[in-house]
Amino acid sequence: MDSNISSTIPLEAYLALAAVLFCTGVWGLINSRNAVRVLMSIELMLNAVNINLMAFSNYLDGQLIRGQVFTIFVITVAAAEAAVGLAILLSLYRNRETVDMERFNLLRW
Amino acid sequence: MTIASTTQLICFVVLAATLVLGSLGVVLLPNIVYSAFLLGGVFLSVAGLYLMLNASFVAAAQVLVYVGAVNVLILFAIMLVNKKENLEAIPGLALRRVLSGAVCAGLFALLIRVAFVTPWPLPGPEPVGEDATIRIGEHLFSDYLLPFELASVLLLIAMIGAIVLARRDVISSDIATGDPVDQGLIEKERTPLLLDRTPR
Repeated sequence: MDSNISSTIPLEAYLALAAVLFCTGVWGLINSRNAVRVLMSIELMLNAVNINLMAFSNYLDGQLIRGQVFTIFVITVAAAEAAVGLAILLSLYRNRETVDMERFNLLRW
Repeated sequence: MTIASTTQLICFVVLAATLVLGSLGVVLLPNIVYSAFLLGGVFLSVAGLYLMLNASFVAAAQVLVYVGAVNVLILFAIMLVNKKENLEAIPGLALRRVLSGAVCAGLFALLIRVAFVTPWPLPGPEPVGEDATIRIGEHLFSDYLLPFELASVLLLIAMIGAIVLARRDVISSDIATGDPVDQGLIEKERTPLLLDRTPR
């Protein structure tokens, strides 16, 4: 593995890319009215965190790649979260006949 | 500038553009089906970034789990709940969007500042490259053994929870009177608490 190949792109480029993805996910999470889109925004945020972990794992922790192990755990948790979230969404849709987030207000003061 | 570094730069720019445009499309497009397919594109470009970061195993896991499972699950959910509904207008929606956009821009500025100001200890140790899969296996079965086993328990719990949440309760007779009941009646009429009580 040639060492100067992996240093063509600076670490900060990956961090900035992950920051863009994370902020997009946060904005979508706040502003989406469709419940499915809220779940998609959460997946975007998880992917941004994964990019950060992988970049640090490659640039700063090249021998013990602990960031990759963490990424695998995050992928596992994200899969579980997607399954449970979509099951909750189906249950909600069956009861309220809508996916509008503004109308899921039974427990809101 | 060698051919290798130029190729790497081109790959990074293309993947980054796909990622940013795709994520903006996921959030902004009005049609949710297009959003779901763009989300698949975002996942694929993230997998490409993982390949550029010397992590072939995690890239394969990303494609299998995210594109193969999560994205398909989201598409199925869209197919199940995709009803055309006219969302009623909310007062102050534009103001809310602008305010949350400002908050996200502030968060973005903070993250960028942290990324560019922090003195990272570069260059780090030499990346292991193709031995990454071996290292991950060693980690998973030595010092990360407990989280690995907990992840399997978590997946089992999530599977059971998803089945319990998503299935329809089959009640063949009314609990109060003993009469056979219609499932549609159970879900519509006999759960008045969960029906919409807002005045129309």
